[in-house]
Amino acid sequence: MSTGLGDNEIISRVLKGEQNAYAELVNRYQAYVFTLVLRMIKSREDAEEVAQDVFIKAYRSLADFRGESKFSTWLYTIANTTSITFLRKKKLDVHSLDNEKVFEAADSKDSGFRANLVEQKSRVNMVNEAIAMLSPDDAEIITLFYKAEQNLEEISRILRLETNTVKVRLHRARTRLKEKMEKNFSEEVKNIY
Amino acid sequence: MNQEQNIEQQLWAYIDGISSNEERTSIQKMLQGNLEWKNKYHELLEVHQLMNSAELEQPSMRFTKNVMEEIAKLHIAPATKNYINKKIIWGIAGFFFTLIAVFLIYGLSQVEWTSATDSKPSIDLSRLSEVDYSKIFNNNFVNGFMMVNVLLGLVLLDRVLANKRKKFQKQA
Repeated sequence: MSTGLGDNEIISRVLKGEQNAYAELVNRYQAYVFTLVLRMIKSREDAEEVAQDVFIKAYRSLADFRGESKFSTWLYTIANTTSITFLRKKKLDVHSLDNEKVFEAADSKDSGFRANLVEQKSRVNMVNEAIAMLSPDDAEIITLFYKAEQNLEEISRILRLETNTVKVRLHRARTRLKEKMEKNFSEEVKNIY
Repeated sequence: MNQEQNIEQQLWAYIDGISSNEERTSIQKMLQGNLEWKNKYHELLEVHQLMNSAELEQPSMRFTKNVMEEIAKLHIAPATKNYINKKIIWGIAGFFFTLIAVFLIYGLSQVEWTSATDSKPSIDLSRLSEVDYSKIFNNNFVNGFMMVNVLLGLVLLDRVLANKRKKFQKQA
């Protein structure tokens, strides 16, 4: 049940010992964190585990949250580092901005059943599918910008990059997403344009 | 960067609302008079709206319960600023600054400024082994400096031990 309290108020309650108040923060941000992690990691089971780990780590370090940024920005920074650590452990290629192999792999994985399903898919599903085909870096930046309500400065803080670099990366990610949609959902895209 | 990419980049900034007033005015003019810009704008706007319409993924129903069960076993770690004593950091920084400053002053005091007539350095590295190091590490200046460092180190150690003592007393 939502308390209607602001994030900072809930945090001070938790810091004063009201551990149960943390559940409100988990409820509030679980879908955002889970979506972000899932789009980087691509596996639902692993994403659930990593997302839980993110909230546990955030709880442990809650005393270090100084309120200089939004709680969500701080939380997504933890989500970003935890996901990258997970991917490194799994030896997946997270630095794949210019790695065409990732795209080729995603294409071959999805193209087999795409033709039969394309007509049944709603626009929303189409976007989600297209984002799932992107590399972890591209999917993360698009999710942070469109779904996690983070502006360019906040994203630069989360990813520890310059704002201009974030701008360029976002532009590239959107271009790749557009290409993915045109390539894999050509019929639907025609109807949209 | 080709022209199409350039147009796209400007239009994305316009759609995101991050272009400057000047850029906005010039883009608006292009959108009114140029069909290519207009078509591209509508195309990108559709993509933008589609991305906004993407839904959030939902974790399992037990997600919050799992997290709360895990954190019930944990305690919030004390804030980093509470257990990192700034005085110790400043002490270490002071120690190294003193070290650098003293070596610099000592080095400069050894230079014979008046004897330098030739602008080219005439250091013969092969003769380094002939240097009498006992003279350098045996004078009062260096001995005094080493004493100061040892003293600073002891003060630092005393502070660390005093902090630990206070903590033990509080716990008791």
